[in-house]
Amino acid sequence: MDARFDYLLRQGDNALILSQQLSQLCGKGPALEEDMALTNVALDLLGQTRMWLTYAGEVEGAGRDEDRLAYLRDVRAFRNCLLVEQPNGDYAQVMVRQFFFDTWHYFLMRALLASSDRRIAEIAEKSIKEVTYHLRRSGDLVVRLGDGTEASHARMQAAVDALWTYTGEFFVYDEVERAMLAQGVAPAPDALRAAFLQHVGEVFEEATLRMPDPEAYMQRGGKQGRHGERLGYLLAEMQFLQRAYPGAEW
Amino acid sequence: MSKEWPLWEVFIRSQHGLAHKHVGSLHAPDAGMAVNNARDVYTRRNEGVSIWVVKAADIVASSPADKDALFEPSNSKVYRHPTFFPMPEEVKNL
Repeated sequence: MDARFDYLLRQGDNALILSQQLSQLCGKGPALEEDMALTNVALDLLGQTRMWLTYAGEVEGAGRDEDRLAYLRDVRAFRNCLLVEQPNGDYAQVMVRQFFFDTWHYFLMRALLASSDRRIAEIAEKSIKEVTYHLRRSGDLVVRLGDGTEASHARMQAAVDALWTYTGEFFVYDEVERAMLAQGVAPAPDALRAAFLQHVGEVFEEATLRMPDPEAYMQRGGKQGRHGERLGYLLAEMQFLQRAYPGAEW
Repeated sequence: MSKEWPLWEVFIRSQHGLAHKHVGSLHAPDAGMAVNNARDVYTRRNEGVSIWVVKAADIVASSPADKDALFEPSNSKVYRHPTFFPMPEEVKNL
Protein backbone atom coordinates (compact mmCIF):
# COMPACT_ATOMS: atom_id res chain seq x y z
CA MET A 1 0.00 0.00 0.00
CA ASP A 2 1.17 3.50 -0.80
CA ALA A 3 2.70 5.01 2.33
CA ARG A 4 1.30 8.47 1.68
CA PHE A 5 -2.22 7.09 1.24
CA ASP A 6 -1.84 5.19 4.49
CA TYR A 7 -0.51 8.24 6.28
CA LEU A 8 -3.45 10.35 5.11
CA LEU A 9 -5.90 7.65 6.21
CA ARG A 10 -4.35 7.69 9.67
CA GLN A 11 -4.97 11.42 10.03
CA GLY A 12 -8.45 11.23 8.59
CA ASP A 13 -9.49 8.18 10.61
CA ASN A 14 -8.31 9.67 13.91
CA ALA A 15 -10.45 12.73 13.34
CA LEU A 16 -13.38 10.71 11.99
CA ILE A 17 -13.62 8.20 14.83
CA LEU A 18 -13.15 10.81 17.55
CA SER A 19 -15.75 13.01 15.88
CA GLN A 20 -18.20 10.10 15.76
CA GLN A 21 -17.63 9.40 19.45
CA LEU A 22 -18.14 13.02 20.45
CA SER A 23 -21.29 13.18 18.33
CA GLN A 24 -22.75 10.43 20.44
CA LEU A 25 -22.61 12.83 23.39
CA CYS A 26 -24.85 15.38 21.67
CA GLY A 27 -27.57 16.33 24.13
CA LYS A 28 -25.80 14.47 26.94
CA GLY A 29 -23.20 17.02 28.02
CA PRO A 30 -23.07 17.91 31.72
CA ALA A 31 -24.26 21.44 30.92
CA LEU A 32 -25.78 23.11 27.90
CA GLU A 33 -22.62 25.09 27.26
CA GLU A 34 -20.42 21.97 27.47
CA ASP A 35 -22.78 20.24 25.09
CA MET A 36 -22.30 23.03 22.56
CA ALA A 37 -18.54 22.95 22.99
CA LEU A 38 -18.31 19.17 22.53
CA THR A 39 -20.39 19.22 19.38
CA ASN A 40 -18.32 22.13 18.09
CA VAL A 41 -15.19 20.06 18.53
CA ALA A 42 -16.90 17.11 16.83
CA LEU A 43 -17.77 19.32 13.86
CA ASP A 44 -14.24 20.72 13.65
CA LEU A 45 -12.86 17.19 13.56
CA LEU A 46 -15.36 16.10 10.93
CA GLY A 47 -14.34 19.03 8.75
CA GLN A 48 -10.73 17.95 9.08
CA THR A 49 -11.70 14.36 8.30
CA ARG A 50 -13.21 15.47 5.02
CA MET A 51 -10.03 17.24 3.95
CA TRP A 52 -7.81 14.27 4.86
CA LEU A 53 -9.99 11.60 3.28
CA THR A 54 -10.64 13.62 0.14
CA TYR A 55 -6.92 14.02 -0.37
CA ALA A 56 -6.33 10.36 0.51
CA GLY A 57 -8.81 9.36 -2.20
CA GLU A 58 -6.98 11.53 -4.73
CA VAL A 59 -3.61 10.07 -3.79
CA GLU A 60 -4.97 6.56 -4.07
CA GLY A 61 -6.38 7.35 -7.50
CA ALA A 62 -8.94 4.55 -7.41
CA GLY A 63 -11.99 6.80 -7.55
CA ARG A 64 -12.81 6.61 -3.87
CA ASP A 65 -14.08 9.88 -2.42
CA GLU A 66 -14.41 10.90 1.23
CA ASP A 67 -17.76 9.14 1.57
CA ARG A 68 -16.59 5.85 0.14
CA LEU A 69 -13.53 5.91 2.36
CA ALA A 70 -15.58 6.73 5.47
CA TYR A 71 -18.54 4.47 4.89
CA LEU A 72 -17.34 1.52 2.85
CA ARG A 73 -14.18 0.43 4.59
CA ASP A 74 -14.28 -2.29 7.21
CA VAL A 75 -12.50 -2.39 10.57
CA ARG A 76 -9.21 -3.78 9.33
CA ALA A 77 -8.88 -0.97 6.80
CA PHE A 78 -9.22 1.73 9.46
CA ARG A 79 -5.97 3.36 10.52
CA ASN A 80 -6.99 5.36 13.59
CA CYS A 81 -5.05 5.17 16.85
CA LEU A 82 -6.56 2.98 19.56
CA LEU A 83 -7.01 5.99 21.84
CA VAL A 84 -9.80 7.57 19.83
CA GLU A 85 -11.86 4.37 19.75
CA GLN A 86 -11.88 4.06 23.55
CA PRO A 87 -15.40 4.38 24.99
CA ASN A 88 -16.78 7.74 26.07
CA GLY A 89 -17.30 6.50 29.63
CA ASP A 90 -17.80 9.28 32.16
CA TYR A 91 -16.94 12.90 31.51
CA ALA A 92 -13.49 12.48 32.98
CA GLN A 93 -12.72 9.81 30.38
CA VAL A 94 -14.10 12.00 27.61
CA MET A 95 -11.93 14.93 28.64
CA VAL A 96 -8.74 12.96 29.31
CA ARG A 97 -9.06 11.16 25.97
CA GLN A 98 -9.61 14.53 24.33
CA PHE A 99 -6.69 16.13 26.13
CA PHE A 100 -4.25 13.37 25.15
CA PHE A 101 -5.44 13.53 21.56
CA ASP A 102 -5.45 17.34 21.38
CA THR A 103 -1.94 17.58 22.76
CA TRP A 104 -0.52 15.18 20.22
CA HIS A 105 -2.69 16.61 17.46
CA TYR A 106 -1.53 20.15 18.18
CA PHE A 107 2.17 19.34 17.99
CA LEU A 108 1.65 17.20 14.90
CA MET A 109 -0.31 19.89 13.06
CA ARG A 110 2.26 22.49 13.97
CA ALA A 111 4.99 20.29 12.55
CA LEU A 112 2.95 19.50 9.44
CA LEU A 113 2.77 23.21 8.60
CA ALA A 114 6.28 22.65 7.27
CA SER A 115 5.42 19.46 5.37
CA SER A 116 7.01 19.03 1.97
CA ASP A 117 3.55 17.99 0.71
CA ARG A 118 1.78 21.28 0.00
CA ARG A 119 -1.71 19.83 0.38
CA ILE A 120 -0.82 18.43 3.79
CA ALA A 121 0.66 21.76 4.86
CA GLU A 122 -2.56 23.46 3.75
CA ILE A 123 -4.75 21.06 5.71
CA ALA A 124 -2.54 21.58 8.76
CA GLU A 125 -2.85 25.33 8.36
CA LYS A 126 -6.63 25.12 8.22
CA SER A 127 -6.73 22.79 11.21
CA ILE A 128 -4.22 24.46 13.49
CA LYS A 129 -6.55 27.22 14.70
CA GLU A 130 -9.22 24.71 15.64
CA VAL A 131 -6.73 22.35 17.21
CA THR A 132 -5.16 25.16 19.23
CA TYR A 133 -8.56 25.94 20.67
CA HIS A 134 -9.30 22.27 21.37
CA LEU A 135 -6.05 21.95 23.28
CA ARG A 136 -6.67 25.07 25.33
CA ARG A 137 -10.17 23.95 26.16
CA SER A 138 -9.40 20.37 27.12
CA GLY A 139 -6.31 21.43 29.11
CA ASP A 140 -8.43 23.95 30.99
CA LEU A 141 -11.01 21.29 31.86
CA VAL A 142 -8.34 18.80 32.92
CA VAL A 143 -7.09 21.38 35.42
CA ARG A 144 -10.59 22.27 36.61
CA LEU A 145 -11.62 18.65 37.13
CA GLY A 146 -8.26 17.37 38.38
CA ASP A 147 -7.93 20.23 40.84
CA GLY A 148 -11.66 20.31 41.57
CA THR A 149 -13.36 18.21 44.20
CA GLU A 150 -12.10 14.97 45.70
CA ALA A 151 -14.58 13.05 43.54
CA SER A 152 -13.65 14.80 40.30
CA HIS A 153 -9.94 14.37 41.06
CA ALA A 154 -10.39 10.63 41.66
CA ARG A 155 -12.30 10.19 38.41
CA MET A 156 -9.72 12.14 36.45
CA GLN A 157 -6.83 10.15 37.87
CA ALA A 158 -8.66 6.91 37.08
CA ALA A 159 -9.23 8.07 33.51
CA VAL A 160 -5.59 9.10 33.14
CA ASP A 161 -4.38 5.73 34.43
CA ALA A 162 -6.79 3.81 32.19
CA LEU A 163 -6.03 5.73 28.99
CA TRP A 164 -2.29 6.26 29.38
CA THR A 165 -1.48 2.93 27.76
CA TYR A 166 -2.98 4.20 24.48
CA THR A 167 -0.78 7.30 24.23
CA GLY A 168 2.42 5.59 23.11
CA GLU A 169 0.97 4.58 19.78
CA PHE A 170 1.11 8.15 18.48
CA PHE A 171 4.87 7.85 18.36
CA VAL A 172 5.21 4.34 16.97
CA TYR A 173 7.66 4.49 14.15
CA ASP A 174 6.70 2.02 11.43
CA GLU A 175 7.52 1.85 7.71
CA VAL A 176 4.80 4.37 6.84
CA GLU A 177 6.12 6.98 9.27
CA ARG A 178 9.65 6.24 8.16
CA ALA A 179 8.79 6.79 4.50
CA MET A 180 6.98 10.04 5.30
CA LEU A 181 9.87 11.30 7.39
CA ALA A 182 12.34 10.44 4.64
CA GLN A 183 10.28 12.45 2.15
CA GLY A 184 10.02 15.41 4.48
CA VAL A 185 6.24 14.96 4.69
CA ALA A 186 5.97 14.18 8.40
CA PRO A 187 7.98 15.13 11.48
CA ALA A 188 10.16 12.77 13.52
CA PRO A 189 8.04 11.00 16.15
CA ASP A 190 10.68 11.49 18.87
CA ALA A 191 10.42 15.28 18.76
CA LEU A 192 6.63 15.02 19.00
CA ARG A 193 6.90 12.65 21.94
CA ALA A 194 9.13 15.02 23.90
CA ALA A 195 6.75 17.93 23.30
CA PHE A 196 3.77 15.74 24.20
CA LEU A 197 5.26 14.54 27.47
CA GLN A 198 6.32 18.02 28.48
CA HIS A 199 2.92 19.59 27.87
CA VAL A 200 1.01 16.77 29.54
CA GLY A 201 3.40 16.97 32.50
CA GLU A 202 2.87 20.71 32.93
CA VAL A 203 -0.91 20.48 32.76
CA PHE A 204 -1.02 17.50 35.11
CA GLU A 205 1.09 19.31 37.64
CA GLU A 206 -1.35 22.23 37.65
CA ALA A 207 -4.22 19.75 37.78
CA THR A 208 -2.61 17.93 40.75
CA LEU A 209 -2.77 14.70 38.74
CA ARG A 210 -0.10 12.03 38.95
CA MET A 211 1.78 11.68 35.69
CA PRO A 212 1.99 8.01 34.69
CA ASP A 213 5.31 6.41 33.77
CA PRO A 214 6.29 7.45 30.23
CA GLU A 215 8.06 4.12 29.81
CA ALA A 216 5.01 2.06 30.78
CA TYR A 217 3.77 -0.63 28.41
CA MET A 218 1.91 0.90 25.48
CA GLN A 219 -0.85 -0.68 23.40
CA ARG A 220 -0.40 -0.47 19.67
CA GLY A 221 -1.88 -1.78 16.43
CA GLY A 222 -4.53 0.75 15.45
CA LYS A 223 -2.31 2.42 12.87
CA GLN A 224 -1.84 -0.97 11.20
CA GLY A 225 -5.54 -1.83 11.28
CA ARG A 226 -5.54 -4.04 14.40
CA HIS A 227 -8.27 -2.59 16.56
CA GLY A 228 -10.15 -3.31 19.73
CA GLU A 229 -13.45 -5.13 19.40
CA ARG A 230 -15.41 -1.94 19.98
CA LEU A 231 -14.56 -0.28 16.68
CA GLY A 232 -16.61 -2.80 14.71
CA TYR A 233 -19.77 -1.83 16.57
CA LEU A 234 -19.01 1.83 16.13
CA LEU A 235 -18.62 1.36 12.37
CA ALA A 236 -21.74 -0.80 12.15
CA GLU A 237 -23.73 2.12 13.47
CA MET A 238 -21.91 4.77 11.48
CA GLN A 239 -22.00 2.92 8.18
CA PHE A 240 -25.44 1.33 8.36
CA LEU A 241 -27.23 3.52 5.84
CA GLN A 242 -24.50 3.40 3.21
CA ARG A 243 -24.28 -0.37 3.58
CA ALA A 244 -28.04 -0.81 3.32
CA TYR A 245 -28.38 1.56 0.35
CA PRO A 246 -24.97 1.62 -1.32
CA GLY A 247 -24.36 4.46 -3.73
CA ALA A 248 -27.34 6.47 -2.53
CA GLU A 249 -27.07 10.25 -3.07
CA TRP A 250 -27.55 12.37 0.03
CA MET B 1 -24.35 29.07 47.51
CA SER B 2 -26.66 27.98 44.76
CA LYS B 3 -25.69 24.82 42.90
CA GLU B 4 -26.65 26.53 39.67
CA TRP B 5 -23.86 28.27 37.73
CA PRO B 6 -24.33 32.05 37.80
CA LEU B 7 -25.83 33.87 34.85
CA TRP B 8 -23.55 35.96 32.61
CA GLU B 9 -24.59 38.55 30.07
CA VAL B 10 -22.67 38.45 26.81
CA PHE B 11 -21.72 41.45 24.66
CA ILE B 12 -20.04 40.95 21.31
CA ARG B 13 -18.41 43.32 18.86
CA SER B 14 -18.43 41.78 15.42
CA GLN B 15 -15.64 42.11 12.91
CA HIS B 16 -16.89 45.37 11.42
CA GLY B 17 -19.03 46.41 14.35
CA LEU B 18 -18.38 49.70 16.11
CA ALA B 19 -19.57 48.75 19.54
CA HIS B 20 -20.27 45.73 21.70
CA LYS B 21 -23.89 44.66 21.47
CA HIS B 22 -25.75 42.58 23.97
CA VAL B 23 -26.40 39.22 22.32
CA GLY B 24 -27.75 37.08 25.14
CA SER B 25 -26.81 35.31 28.29
CA LEU B 26 -25.45 31.99 29.49
CA HIS B 27 -24.53 30.08 32.63
CA ALA B 28 -20.88 29.47 33.52
CA PRO B 29 -18.90 28.80 36.70
CA ASP B 30 -16.47 31.68 36.14
CA ALA B 31 -15.50 34.44 33.75
CA GLY B 32 -12.96 32.36 31.82
CA MET B 33 -15.46 29.66 31.01
CA ALA B 34 -18.11 32.27 30.27
CA VAL B 35 -15.86 33.67 27.53
CA ASN B 36 -15.16 30.19 26.17
CA ASN B 37 -18.82 29.32 26.18
CA ALA B 38 -19.80 32.64 24.63
CA ARG B 39 -17.41 31.91 21.80
CA ASP B 40 -19.02 28.54 21.17
CA VAL B 41 -22.60 29.66 21.59
CA TYR B 42 -22.65 33.16 20.11
CA THR B 43 -19.75 33.78 17.75
CA ARG B 44 -19.33 30.58 15.73
CA ARG B 45 -15.70 31.60 16.01
CA ASN B 46 -15.77 34.46 13.53
CA GLU B 47 -12.39 36.02 13.65
CA GLY B 48 -11.80 39.55 14.83
CA VAL B 49 -14.63 39.61 17.32
CA SER B 50 -14.37 40.88 20.82
CA ILE B 51 -16.34 39.34 23.66
CA TRP B 52 -17.34 40.92 26.95
CA VAL B 53 -18.97 38.90 29.67
CA VAL B 54 -20.34 40.37 32.84
CA LYS B 55 -22.16 38.74 35.71
CA ALA B 56 -25.83 39.50 35.40
CA ALA B 57 -25.84 40.33 39.12
CA ASP B 58 -23.41 43.19 38.44
CA ILE B 59 -25.75 44.95 36.05
CA VAL B 60 -28.03 47.60 37.45
CA ALA B 61 -31.06 48.29 35.29
CA SER B 62 -33.42 51.20 35.31
CA SER B 63 -36.89 50.36 36.49
CA PRO B 64 -39.72 50.46 33.96
CA ALA B 65 -41.78 52.28 36.57
CA ASP B 66 -39.28 55.14 36.46
CA LYS B 67 -39.69 55.58 32.73
CA ASP B 68 -41.61 58.83 32.90
CA ALA B 69 -39.37 60.42 35.46
CA LEU B 70 -36.19 59.42 33.66
CA PHE B 71 -37.00 60.07 30.05
CA GLU B 72 -40.14 62.13 29.60
CA PRO B 73 -38.90 65.64 30.53
CA SER B 74 -36.75 66.00 27.45
CA ASN B 75 -39.21 64.65 24.92
CA SER B 76 -41.37 67.73 24.93
CA LYS B 77 -38.42 70.11 24.82
CA VAL B 78 -37.12 70.02 21.28
CA TYR B 79 -34.48 72.61 22.06
CA ARG B 80 -32.73 69.97 24.12
CA HIS B 81 -32.13 67.81 21.07
CA PRO B 82 -29.20 68.87 18.92
CA THR B 83 -30.97 67.97 15.67
CA PHE B 84 -30.69 71.33 13.97
CA PHE B 85 -27.02 71.14 13.11
CA PRO B 86 -25.96 69.99 9.65
CA MET B 87 -23.53 67.12 10.16
CA PRO B 88 -20.48 66.65 7.95
CA GLU B 89 -20.54 63.50 5.80
CA GLU B 90 -17.50 62.06 7.54
CA VAL B 91 -19.25 61.61 10.85
CA LYS B 92 -22.37 59.83 9.65
CA ASN B 93 -21.82 57.09 12.17
CA LEU B 94 -22.17 59.47 15.05
